Parts: sequence; structure tokens; C-alpha cells
Amino acid sequence: MKTFQYLTTAAAIAIASSLAAQETPKSGGTLNAVIQPEPPGLMLGLIQNGPTQMVAGQIYESLLRYDKNLDPMPSLAKEWTKSEDGLTYTFTLQDDVVWHDGAPFTSADVVFSVDVFLRETHARLRASLVHVESIEAPDDKTVVFTLKQPFGPFLGIFEAGTMPMIPKHIYEGTDYANNPANNTPIGTGPFKFEQWERGSYIHLVKNEDYYMEGKPYLDEIYYQVIPDAASRSVAFETGQVDLLPGGSVENFDIPRLTAMDNVCFTNDGWEFFGPHSWMWMNMHEGPMMDKNLRKAVMHAMDREFARDALWNGNGTVAKGPVSSVTRFHEPNTPDISFDPEKAREYLAQSDYDGETLQILPLPYGETWQRWAEAVRQNLSEVGINSELVATDVAGWNQRTGDWDFDLAFTYLYQYGDPALGVARTYVSSNIAKGSPWNNVSGYVNDEVDSLFAEAAVQASDEARQELYTEVQNIVVDDVPVAWMLELQFPTIYRCDLKNPVSTAIGVNDGMRDAWLDRE
Amino acid sequence: MRAFWSRFRQNRGAVIGLIILAIVIICAIAAPFLFPRSPWSMVQRPFLPPFEMDGLPLGTDALGRDVLSGLFHGARVSLLVGLVSTVVALAIGIPIGALAGYYGGLVDDALMRFTEFFQTIPSFALAIVLLAIFQPTLAYVILAIAIVSWPPVARLVRGEVLSLRNREFVEAATLSGQSNLRIILRQVLPNALPPIIVLASLMVATAILLESSLSFLGLGDPNVMSWGYMIGAARTVLRTAWWLSFIPGIAILLTVLALNLIGEGLNDALNPRLRKRTS
Repeated sequence: MKTFQYLTTAAAIAIASSLAAQETPKSGGTLNAVIQPEPPGLMLGLIQNGPTQMVAGQIYESLLRYDKNLDPMPSLAKEWTKSEDGLTYTFTLQDDVVWHDGAPFTSADVVFSVDVFLRETHARLRASLVHVESIEAPDDKTVVFTLKQPFGPFLGIFEAGTMPMIPKHIYEGTDYANNPANNTPIGTGPFKFEQWERGSYIHLVKNEDYYMEGKPYLDEIYYQVIPDAASRSVAFETGQVDLLPGGSVENFDIPRLTAMDNVCFTNDGWEFFGPHSWMWMNMHEGPMMDKNLRKAVMHAMDREFARDALWNGNGTVAKGPVSSVTRFHEPNTPDISFDPEKAREYLAQSDYDGETLQILPLPYGETWQRWAEAVRQNLSEVGINSELVATDVAGWNQRTGDWDFDLAFTYLYQYGDPALGVARTYVSSNIAKGSPWNNVSGYVNDEVDSLFAEAAVQASDEARQELYTEVQNIVVDDVPVAWMLELQFPTIYRCDLKNPVSTAIGVNDGMRDAWLDRE
Repeated sequence: MRAFWSRFRQNRGAVIGLIILAIVIICAIAAPFLFPRSPWSMVQRPFLPPFEMDGLPLGTDALGRDVLSGLFHGARVSLLVGLVSTVVALAIGIPIGALAGYYGGLVDDALMRFTEFFQTIPSFALAIVLLAIFQPTLAYVILAIAIVSWPPVARLVRGEVLSLRNREFVEAATLSGQSNLRIILRQVLPNALPPIIVLASLMVATAILLESSLSFLGLGDPNVMSWGYMIGAARTVLRTAWWLSFIPGIAILLTVLALNLIGEGLNDALNPRLRKRTS
């Protein structure tokens, strides 16, 4: 049945893409999309939260884009080479690229963006830049990155939200956070910022001087700010908006919306993020320090039921720390599937004696609340007592960061590579009270630490795969967190909006190639 | 007592209310015997409509939980919250009202300004704020409801005590040298009881509604199956599975209606003169 589903999906995709290839894109038209929540700002070099990336990804670009297999594609760099020893990467930039204000885009902008601006403002990129020895621009069209040692995921950090290109002529020598230009972002992208009516909409217009002939196809994009989830569904139903990015409507509305005429949806476009959900298990103190109890919890959860009942069947039951859409995923890790018998056996071997475990649901709405209820029930059926702790977002952040829980729901992005988005959850150097995003469980395993460290700096993918396979096997056996689902956030759109999702970050940079089949 | 019952019986609505309430109480008592499994157990496929499967006459909710079981177990929570929070509210309101009414003067002023302070804040908003500050456990839900519902009790008792304390029997008690506390407890309050009982029966109804509203908004105890929770959880699927909100909604409606009818009957039975005048 499962195979059949995959086959039909694959067939559907094949048909859809061949259809898309046959049609010639039409130029013109206005796209109305939902943006949720309203972004705090659009200066992608300073702010990288979800909605900012979704809008600013049309304004700013990076050197590369990624296809759905996370293989790099040209963007501002038209070609790139990697030296034999894996230490030198040379990028050649596109010709005739200009900033939205008319100034030419050159290699000096790249050096400024990466080495000066983002090194100061972008924490996630900074963590990767420690491997970089120097960034040089031998001429206007060439940029050379020299690394201290090979860094496996290096070609994976040139995504728009990770390394957006910042105009040097506007920002050099200024106070970045307070530069007035932050309100009127200037990038190289296919769309220019036009107007932002706070609380209402963000208006982007076509960049007539875009370096790709004929692109973009759309004349303008309105990102509508609609704070209430039910109103967003209604706005789509009434035709006020034609594009609902993943996560912008509640799960239970999705079947109704996708059943409408002329409505298409896709689960693609999240491969780079690979949202992976799990429950932290508090290994700092309390009952979850017991590995047998952790295994009992893991086997007690009916994750397929949760996916079908709460996520409309969207998503994949996680097999371990690395999502199946992330590179170096190992499919043959130790079994952690739903098995109440096994759970009871592990429970009998554990020191658990009836304590009530505190479960912290993620305060992101109905689905997560119901999910926590289902888990509590799953646990009670194998003999583990638990109760839900009600919190709001601030309370969740605080309790999680302060390790004040036994089990706590969360989900995090993987950014395509274990070194970028997975290791941070399991290495002991990343244990620090106060943050809900680091190694919150408090998992300490020296072998895991050294394997993750080694795997990141291997030159060849084969060597990395070997180390990552080993580390995945160890981590799954230790169950420092209870993996739940690889989440999917379907993008829902009117079928006459063509090709809105063509890359691994989906609608975040997809509007360059999208077009409307309307008169 | 017999006279009371015969007067109560004359109000047909009150009798119906009493029957409904009795049924709800029986459901609450019978819940653990009829449905020994937790009402949170996921027993069948989600969204099973009512009357489709034997053994699940009211179907299942979004997680495949038995709606009938939830209804029975929810009755326990609703009644518990209604009764306990009313008792707590009376325990706060009666002493304040009695002291204010009996002593008058500065004491009265101070206590009534304090009461008005609570009355000026919309009670539902105050309950939400209290629960946002506390952890939303069942005990705190009850406490929050009690805190927002005692002021009318205090005002009612004060009024009754004010009118009673100048009566001859109170003066006689004073002359006979009884202490103030003894007079309040033995002479004044027993005579003020009838309107308090009527008010209390209505307060139980209001408390059940308040608890349901709070759970509906997701501010109830997440570990307790209550009617308000059932409606709140089903609200989002109103368009596809309306009966999930409708069934517990009917349960709340009937229970609250029953309590109001009983309150009416009590009023008739305890104030016979009033009844003759109005009917």
C-alpha cells in the first residue's frame, strides 16, 4: 500500500513536471500569497525567521540554490570548482547582475557580505565560517574561499537564508542594525521591495533589470497579513489569496481546502529545512536518565496513528536523528517502532516506579495539543504515568531552556546536512542552560562527540557517510530524545499558479520561476 | 420539611430540573463502573459518527476517544467544579457579607469597597487572568471560579443581615448577653439562609458554565476530561463533525437548565408569600 502510494505520487510528479515542461510560461499577473506571522523585518542579513525568509528570499539571493535532492544549482554564481584537497572553492559570478538601486554586483559585495556583515550578524553562518581561513576576490567576477580543513557541508551553506548577499555600497561602515536602508531592502533578486503596509500587506514588484532574460514572470506579489488561522483558510476559499505557504493554515483545514476545485498542493520545498520533531527527554535529572525507561517511552508511542489522525497522513515516521530528506540519512538504524510489548519489557527492566512524568506540549495550536494527549495515552497504556503541563510560548521556552520537564515536544530544522542541523542536538559541547534550541536533553557520549566532529571535516562524502552511519546507530540505541515525525507542511495553491515550488526551500525562493496561467 | 416539598412539587419545572440533575448525578457516580477505561483511551478510528457502531453509541472524537465515556466522566468534573467552587465562594462571601451587614459603619464601608473592587472587574476576564498566573490545574480552576463568584453572595448576605439585625429577636439576643459571633451564627444567618440557598443553586450552574468556557478556551486542566474541553477540542472540526461539539453542548445546556429550574423551585418553596404574589 505504502509502495503504491509512493509510486502514484512519483507518477503524478513525473506527469506534472512533463506537463510543466510542455507549457510556455506566461508573463504578467499579480500573485496574492499569505504570510504568517507578519515578519519583524525584511533585512535577511539581520533577521532569519521563517516569514522573513519567505518574503525576503525573493529580494535577496545567494551564490547557489538547491534542488530537491539538495544538489547545488547556479544562482549568483554561474559555476564553481572545488580543489582536490577540498580546501579551496572558487566561484565565478554571473555577468550583468545589478542591485535594485542600479549599482553593479561584484565579488567585493560577496567578500563584504560573508566576511564582514554576516560574520557579525548571522550566528548560524558564523558557526560554519570558523572552518574558513580566508575569502578573497582576485577579480570582479571571482571569489575564492580557502578553508582551514575540509568541511563536508561547505557547499550547503550558500542558500539565500543562510548567506544572503548584502550590498556593500549601502552597508559598509554603517551601524547595520540601525541602517535606514533596512526598511527598504535592496537585493539582487527577481523582485523589488515596493511597500509594506504594517498589519496588512507587503508588496513586491518585478525587477525589470533582473539578469535572467524574461524572468521573473509575475508582475507583482502581495503578501497578505492575516493573523487568524480560520480567516486565512477563508481567504483562500474565497479566492482572496492563491498561495498558502506550508504551515499557514491549521492541519484540520487542509483536507477541506485541497478537496476544492482548481486547488493543488505539494509537500516538496522543505528538503533543505527537513523539519524533524521529537520529544526532549530530560537526562539531567529525574526518571528519564534511565535508558530503559527512555526506550520504553520510544516504543510506547504510536507515531503512525498520530501522523494519520493529526497530520492528515502527511509526514514520515522518524527513524532516528537524521531526517530521510537530509544528506547522510542511514535507513537501517536500530528499530524504534511502535511496539507496546517491547515497551513493557523495557519498562520492567527500568527503575521506574510509577512517578508521574511531566509532558510539555508545544504551544503551537490544536495539533500539538492533541498530539501530547495521544502520547500521554500511549504511555499510560504500557504503564507509564504522565501529565500535560499547560504553557504558552514564553513558558515553553523557559521551561525547556531551564530543563524543567521530563518530556518536551519540539521540532527543529536540519539545513540539509547533519553537521549543520543535527549535531547541535546531540554533542555535549552544546549543553547550556537557558536555550531551548541546543542539546536540551543533556546527552553526553564522547564517542558521539568525536564522530560528529570527525564527520564534519572529512573531504569525501563516502568517509562522511561511514562516520554518520556509525553515529546514527549509536544515538538511536541511546535514545536521548524520542523521535516523532519528519514533518511535512504542504504548500497549497490555485492550480493555475504554475511552478511555485522548484527548489529545496520551496516558496522561499520559488517566485523567480513561478507564473500564472491566467488571461 | 413536608410543607417545603409540597410547595416545591407544585412547580413542575423544578421537578423536571430535579429529575435531570438526578440523572446527571447518577451518570457521574456510574462513570467509573460503566467506563472503567480512561475517557482518554483511543478506542476506535477517529471521527466515528454516532449510532454507527455497537458499544460506541455517540461515536468517537478526533483521536478516536469514546464520546459517551467522555460525557459520563465529564459529568463528574462539571459537578465537582460546580459544587466545590460554590462552597468556596460561599465560604468567602457569607462571612464578609455578614460582618459588613452586622457591624455597619467603617467595617461595612471597608468590606463593601473591597467587594466592589472585585465586582468592577468582568468575572470571566478575571478568571482568565487568574488562570494565566496560576498553573491551570483543577484545583486552581475551582479557586479561580470561586474568587470571581463570591461578591454577589457578600452583597446578598449583607442586605439580609442589615434587615434582620434590627428585628426584636436579635435585640432580645443582645440583651440576653449573647456574643456578637453567637448572634450572627445562631440568630441572623439561619434566617438569611433561604435566599442564599436559591442563589447557591444558580451559582452552581454559573460555575459549570464558567468551567466549560475556560476549558473551551484551552485554559482548563489539560489532564481532566470535561464537557468544555470536549467542545473546545471539537470546535475546530465543527464543519466536518458538528456532533462532537453538539453532544457535550446539550449536556451543559440540560445541566445548567436543571439547576436554574431547581433554583426557581427553591425560591417558590422557601418564599411562599412571594410566589402567591407573582402567580
